[in-house]
Amino acid sequence: MNTTWSRFNVTSIVLGFAFLYLPIVLLIVFSFNESKLVTVWGGFSTKWYVSLFHNQGLMDATWVTARVGVISATFATVLGTLAALTLTRYTRFRGRLLFSGMVFAPLVMPEVITGLSLLLLFVAIGLDRGFLTVTLAHITLTMCFVAVVVQSRLVSFDRSLEEAAMDLGATPVKTFFQITLPVIMPAIVSGWMLAFTLSLDDLVIASFTSGPGATTLPMKIYSQVRLGVTPEINAACTILIAVVAVGVIIASVANKRREVQRQLDERAAQRG
Amino acid sequence: MKSLGSIRRDFAPWNDPNAKPYIQFDNVTKKFGDFTAVNNLSLTIFEREFFALLGASGCGKSTLLRMLAGFEEPTAGRILLDGQDLRGIPPYRRPVNMMFQSYALFPHMTVENNIAFGLKQDGMPKPEIASRVAEMLKLVKLEQFAKRKPHQLSGGQRQRVALARSVAKRPKVLLLDEPLGALDKKLREETQFELMDLQQNLGLTFVVVTHDQEEAMTMADRIAIIDKGEVMQVATPAEVYEAPTSRFVAHFVGNVNMFEGKVAEQTANTTRIAGSSGAQIVVDNAAKTAAGADIVFAIRPEKIKISSKKPADAVNALEGEVYDIAYLGDMTVFHVRLDDGQMVRASTMNAARITEDPLSWNDRAWVSFRPDAGVVLTR
Amino acid sequence: MSNAAVTSASAPATNADQSILARLGAAFVGRLVIIIPYVWLLFFFLIPFIIVFKISLSQTAIAMPPYTPVLDFKDGISGFFAGFGALSFDNYAWLTQDALYFNAYVTSVIIAAISTVLTLIVGYPIAYGMARAPATIRPTLLMLVILPFWTSFLIRVYAWIGILKPEGLLNQLLLATGIISQPLIILNTYTAIFIGIVYSYLPFMVLPLYSSLEKMDYSLIEAAKDLGCPPTSAFWKITFPLSLPGVIAGCLLVFIPAVGEFVIPDLLGGSQTLMIGKTLWNEFFANRDWPVSSAVAVILLLLLTVPIMFFQQAQARAQEQDK
Repeated sequence: MNTTWSRFNVTSIVLGFAFLYLPIVLLIVFSFNESKLVTVWGGFSTKWYVSLFHNQGLMDATWVTARVGVISATFATVLGTLAALTLTRYTRFRGRLLFSGMVFAPLVMPEVITGLSLLLLFVAIGLDRGFLTVTLAHITLTMCFVAVVVQSRLVSFDRSLEEAAMDLGATPVKTFFQITLPVIMPAIVSGWMLAFTLSLDDLVIASFTSGPGATTLPMKIYSQVRLGVTPEINAACTILIAVVAVGVIIASVANKRREVQRQLDERAAQRG
Repeated sequence: MKSLGSIRRDFAPWNDPNAKPYIQFDNVTKKFGDFTAVNNLSLTIFEREFFALLGASGCGKSTLLRMLAGFEEPTAGRILLDGQDLRGIPPYRRPVNMMFQSYALFPHMTVENNIAFGLKQDGMPKPEIASRVAEMLKLVKLEQFAKRKPHQLSGGQRQRVALARSVAKRPKVLLLDEPLGALDKKLREETQFELMDLQQNLGLTFVVVTHDQEEAMTMADRIAIIDKGEVMQVATPAEVYEAPTSRFVAHFVGNVNMFEGKVAEQTANTTRIAGSSGAQIVVDNAAKTAAGADIVFAIRPEKIKISSKKPADAVNALEGEVYDIAYLGDMTVFHVRLDDGQMVRASTMNAARITEDPLSWNDRAWVSFRPDAGVVLTR
Repeated sequence: MSNAAVTSASAPATNADQSILARLGAAFVGRLVIIIPYVWLLFFFLIPFIIVFKISLSQTAIAMPPYTPVLDFKDGISGFFAGFGALSFDNYAWLTQDALYFNAYVTSVIIAAISTVLTLIVGYPIAYGMARAPATIRPTLLMLVILPFWTSFLIRVYAWIGILKPEGLLNQLLLATGIISQPLIILNTYTAIFIGIVYSYLPFMVLPLYSSLEKMDYSLIEAAKDLGCPPTSAFWKITFPLSLPGVIAGCLLVFIPAVGEFVIPDLLGGSQTLMIGKTLWNEFFANRDWPVSSAVAVILLLLLTVPIMFFQQAQARAQEQDK
């Protein structure tokens, strides 16, 4: 689309982004508030961060969440990539409709339903609720998101690359590992990151499927939020936001830089 | 026919009944669901031949190439390479390499790794790979680009990497899918001759798929014209142009005038054709046909003379009116509407800068041609 | 000379044998690619729903798990069929008797629908502005829309509590500027839920809208203007109809999860507001009534089947277009 950068467009973008970011900015600002009252500014302080690190329950929950996140994201990436391959490469097999349904439905399924159904499954097969069950639940949910991300890359993947590799003597398995996988790697990495953040973020499914000793950070935050807004929670949230934001920004800056370099190279190649 | 052979005069294995075919398509059919891409097609290609499959898009020519490479299996029939049936042999075990239309260069590998890829798959020792890659880079004149990635190359350079990669394994047959399709016109003309040299120097068999008749005419020893999954004609470029065997081929390659009519009288060497409006022409080369049968005389525009007066000695001379003139620099194309309504296209080389007998729009004009200037077609 | 061509030609028979093995191997690997995720999703996604359905037909019991088993295979096939007699629709009957549930379903759908429309109204200008922005800054804008999505949902909802409270920042600002004299009561009302849903789901609306608007050829608008169509009319006659796939995708992405939303009504809506996700949660965690909450889930799922199928069709169509 061409650019008509009118006043209306600028205004709507500015207002839209203000709406998106203002609450988060305020939350961060008030995490440095001296006063216990979250909404009244009482001077700059980092004391809530200090007390945060002495809150054993919160620190334990953070550790659990990080472990669940890394493990579930890793498994979800493998399963999601396989699912994406199935969706794009095998257009005709029995039960394909059911399969694509099962991949897309969790994306919009209300979390209460997914959480409840998974819990009932775990009870039915006699699996004690805890670290393992949360991880399994998160793998199931996030693999579908990974599948969508990887699939959108595979759809635009030039199949003649694979044919060229096979034509040059590489077996299908070798072709996959030497050509397909390296080329779609960026999508797989962003799939992993998405899975990790979703796991980090999830309250509802974790609440259903988790058990004693496996309280995740969102569960902890939720139970404290219900008791009232405290600067300590603001501090915890700020740290979470910072971790995710730094990760995402680094990733996209690196991406951007590669893209710019690539464009420069291409221009140079056209000239030379 | 006097001289409608190959440009390489000493190379014509297709005329030698003892020559061993190298690639054979034997009654090959390929169906995709209900769609028949290739229909009971047979074709023979000889060793060291530069063979072109020419046809419009969707005619099945790419499917032929992909069956040879092993990406598709024929639904029926068989394909032989050097006497060996290729059925069931996957692409990675066929001694055939392909240069892709999109080049399909591996974006995450450098130029040299792209070229070395096939050699590594064969488990060739490292030093040998290195020397072969160097040789290939030299061949395509890309020595200083060895460490570049594909996106750091121009279109022409990418094309040469793709070429180097596909010949690096010294395949028995090199398949080229629209090899020049992505290049601009000037580069395409240069590269045509490079490809011909390369084929000669390496002594490989080339099978090239193209929709560009000029490209096929320039490069190939023989051309197969494909339409709707069937071979219309296999012949040298000169034969295809001067002696098409069907209306389709005559229309497909170059421009042509068609005189339709019925056989009025046939002698030993000539046939008189009566047009629907009474105009008659006399032509050579017709096979024995019953009087009254439908027949077509196909003649290229440059074989027709145009003049303002009736040529005295012409066997065939028809009168009409100049309808349109297209001046193209090197030649001028006249569209003449004959008195029976038929349009005739005649082209004249502009050998001199000033024409002595200029014709203009709506002038009366005569078109004339020799009895052997065209071919008689029955299908 | 190490030449693949020569070696393979000299041993055609072994070649074919190897290829059969390789094909079998490839076929097996190919099967695994399908089978592994398929089995996983069957076991962890589809079977759980069947269990939910099963338990929704059982009786509540004070035990752990708190329901009487029905249709168990423990007693063999005959036991399974005998179990049909023990099935009970009491839980569903209970849902119809208590107006609370019916109201919760209806309110949820209405709230989700209103929020979806609000999100569309807020999101469309943003997506439109982004699509018309200079190409150089579009990726940055896109990243800025996606970025909040990476931060915790819970945190973003939590942030609004501090803003919407009676003594919160919004009221402070409005009081200070003299626009109002009495603090507005927003928190723990439906208004707060609308704000929460619009805010949380905005990226889901903006992204599909943006991608369909960005793809659009601007010369279409120019052609419309050239043919004498004023800008506003060009928008409604050209731009909006062409962005409809994005509108539909965005609305479904907001509407479906919003119907079953729990966190937003719980934290922003307070105890007075009624939404089905919250009802299910309370039924499960507070009342420990698993069969009733299962029945609630089954009805909710049935309610969402049609929009979910719409969503999948839209997805499939988008996929076809990409190809």
